[in-house]
Amino acid sequence: MEFLTVIQILDSTIRLATPLLLACLAGLYSERAGIFDIGLEGKMLMSAFFSAAVAALTGSVWLGLLAGIASSLALAGLHGLASITFRGNQLISGVAVNFLAAGMTVLVAQDWFQQGGRTPSLFGQGRFESAEFPLAIGPKDSEATGRPVSELMAETNILHQVYSELFSGHSILVYVAFLAVPVTWWVLFRTRFGLRLRAVGENPAAVDTAGVSVVGLRYAAVAICGVLCGIAGAYLATALQAGFVKDMTAGRGFIALAALIFAKWRPWHAMGACLLFGLLQAVALRFQNIDLGGVVIPVQVMDALPYVLTVVILAGFVGKAIPPRAGGEPYVKER
Amino acid sequence: MTVPAIELKGISKSFGPVQANKNISISVAPGTIHGIIGENGAGKSTLMSILYGFYKADAGEIRINGQKTEIPDSQAAIAAGIGMVFQHFKLVENFTVLENIVLGAEEGGLLAPSLARARKELKELEEEYELFVDPDKRIDEIGVGMQQRVEILKALYRKAEILILDEPTGVLTPAEADQLFRILHRLREEGKTIILITHKLREIMEATDTVSVMRRGEMTATVKTAETNPEQLAELMVGRKVLLRVDKVPASPGKPVLEIENLRVTDEAGVERVKGIDLTVRAGEIVGIAGVAGNGQSELLEVLGGMRPGTGTIRLNGDPLPLSGRGSDGQARRAQHIAHVPEDRQREGLIMDFHAWENVAFGYHRDPAYRRGIFMDNAALRADTERKIEKFDVRPADGWLAAKNFSGGNQQKIVVAREIERNPDLLLVGQPTRGVDIGAIEFIHKQIVALRDQGKAILLVSVELEEIFSLSDRIAVMFDGHIMGERLPHETDEKELGLLMAGVSGEAA
Repeated sequence: MEFLTVIQILDSTIRLATPLLLACLAGLYSERAGIFDIGLEGKMLMSAFFSAAVAALTGSVWLGLLAGIASSLALAGLHGLASITFRGNQLISGVAVNFLAAGMTVLVAQDWFQQGGRTPSLFGQGRFESAEFPLAIGPKDSEATGRPVSELMAETNILHQVYSELFSGHSILVYVAFLAVPVTWWVLFRTRFGLRLRAVGENPAAVDTAGVSVVGLRYAAVAICGVLCGIAGAYLATALQAGFVKDMTAGRGFIALAALIFAKWRPWHAMGACLLFGLLQAVALRFQNIDLGGVVIPVQVMDALPYVLTVVILAGFVGKAIPPRAGGEPYVKER
Repeated sequence: MTVPAIELKGISKSFGPVQANKNISISVAPGTIHGIIGENGAGKSTLMSILYGFYKADAGEIRINGQKTEIPDSQAAIAAGIGMVFQHFKLVENFTVLENIVLGAEEGGLLAPSLARARKELKELEEEYELFVDPDKRIDEIGVGMQQRVEILKALYRKAEILILDEPTGVLTPAEADQLFRILHRLREEGKTIILITHKLREIMEATDTVSVMRRGEMTATVKTAETNPEQLAELMVGRKVLLRVDKVPASPGKPVLEIENLRVTDEAGVERVKGIDLTVRAGEIVGIAGVAGNGQSELLEVLGGMRPGTGTIRLNGDPLPLSGRGSDGQARRAQHIAHVPEDRQREGLIMDFHAWENVAFGYHRDPAYRRGIFMDNAALRADTERKIEKFDVRPADGWLAAKNFSGGNQQKIVVAREIERNPDLLLVGQPTRGVDIGAIEFIHKQIVALRDQGKAILLVSVELEEIFSLSDRIAVMFDGHIMGERLPHETDEKELGLLMAGVSGEAA
């Protein structure tokens, strides 16, 4: 395999890992605070639709992003209301969020755009453009020279290839996602908020008797989760692709959950896990029909591979993953 | 006259139809240790939870140092200088000692300065009060005694002048409890006011200056500790005369019922917990096994009760019993006429969410009396439960109540009724009165002695030396999987047993 091919796969790994990473960190905040959230998928989907719809209607991707975050926050608020204030079952609430998002997005999309549950394709200011680093090869060089990017890329040295493909040329949300990893680590382990957040997921009674509001902390965590899911959804519809289509999250919220367990609720490990799952998706995209000496592996097998491997990794390689001790348990004061 | 550190006036609190506190008034002088004693469910913990802002009183007022104070939440309690050490510690298990101490009392948004300051102040507190802890150890790496010290330090770090301890010795060994009381006396010397909640008379007599007695939500008396005695306090607690000593005639042991030879037990982690012990229990005697928890007593009981496998020989009435595989499970043991009151009644003795009558069936659910063809005969089972509830004075006398809705003492009565009423040849009893109130202790002890007097063999395991002394006809001490020696209760004392429990061999002791 050519080196350039490897770099291109890694490049697409980063693009595909971004929504996983954002959703995974979203889940990390929520679950570290003791609120299990299987509604990551639904929040992403809702945000994907509203960000694409608002971007299509206003022509501004930034307004789209805000709308996406707002819609995801609304669902997060719903989950918070059900599982924190009303002490309901967090799994059921999460499932409800997923169903609500799956149904509502298509319904509203059909009502607004009459395109069979999609939004119109986004272009220009309606999409997040790729940030191009200085000296990196990109579409501008291609325009200037009149030759395709791939040709220019092939002529340059390896370092320049890595710089141009892997570091440069992503949407700003990709950088946001990867910056969120050290920030999350710092918040969790170096700040008062992080200490309290981790404590409330382990033993809310300890936080309560220390005179800190359990409810307040948990709502804060759920809100952060909503914002990050919102960014993840907006990235899907306005950066990775150009518009919303039905069920476009395609289980990414659940893969993010799997990555979260694989990472045992730690931010740096979460990045590693999401990159791994991103790589699987990138490989599946790149190699569609593989011909192994007469036996053709059909495209469906490759498409299913990331999901199959998710199951295999979770079942076989995680080892003992101990979730935050108070996870999933509504907090009720007792002596 | 000095202003009381705490004054509660007319506090009342109801949970639904249950009135936990009825018009309670109490005044605690500063710089004293004030005991509050009462049976489980008397309302002691509720009262203190109100003082710590965990619950809101329906009526009444709180005065701290003479000032009327509203305590709507724990934050307000901490601000008023009140610290509380709960019965179940409120610590984050995978945090370090230091992190637990600063939690909720941090200085600013960043952790590092708070931790540094806490580390410094902790050192000062440690020296001042001789409360030694390792600030960098995680909570799940330290023992319960040290965890409790962390809780006390947490309160002191928040500048508590009034310290409430709720049943602080429930989880401690006798030596750890003594150490705790030394710390409390030290705190009193430094001018702190301490409220000690307990249901153990011994602790009240040893540690407190003043004692208030609660019964069924009411404060029945407040007396100077020096002017009272355990019998009087017990009577005030229970509302009737209580026999603190077990009344029993000397045993007349018959033939050996249980013979244990070279029994060895290895736990799940591959550690040998019982290291080749020999023991005989004869008909009509109670053999008590004393020892600090974790020296193999639990495993011994579990093997005999069919809860885990072992090697060696055990014989019941001369017949060898299998120690592993077929015929060695709990069901088989019960068929072999061995009844078992397990140490942890909430996990091993009962299913907490099931009705009392369902719990009465466990272990005996294949009894033909409870069956009708392939179905359970629930009506027969319920009728049987009614009889047992009446005979063992289980309160409330309602077989439809879930096990968790009974008090600790009444839960234990259900387990004891189930096991004793089967008329076993051998009764295994583990910690029969852990978390059980005085009235029920007296009742359960009487039942055990009555079974002995019918000529049954009884093997008792307890970490309460007092209980070992009052029930046993013969005492064996276990240490590190070995039996260190056997003694007759009237020929030994707590000191000698204490040495054996610490592993000092029989001859040296």
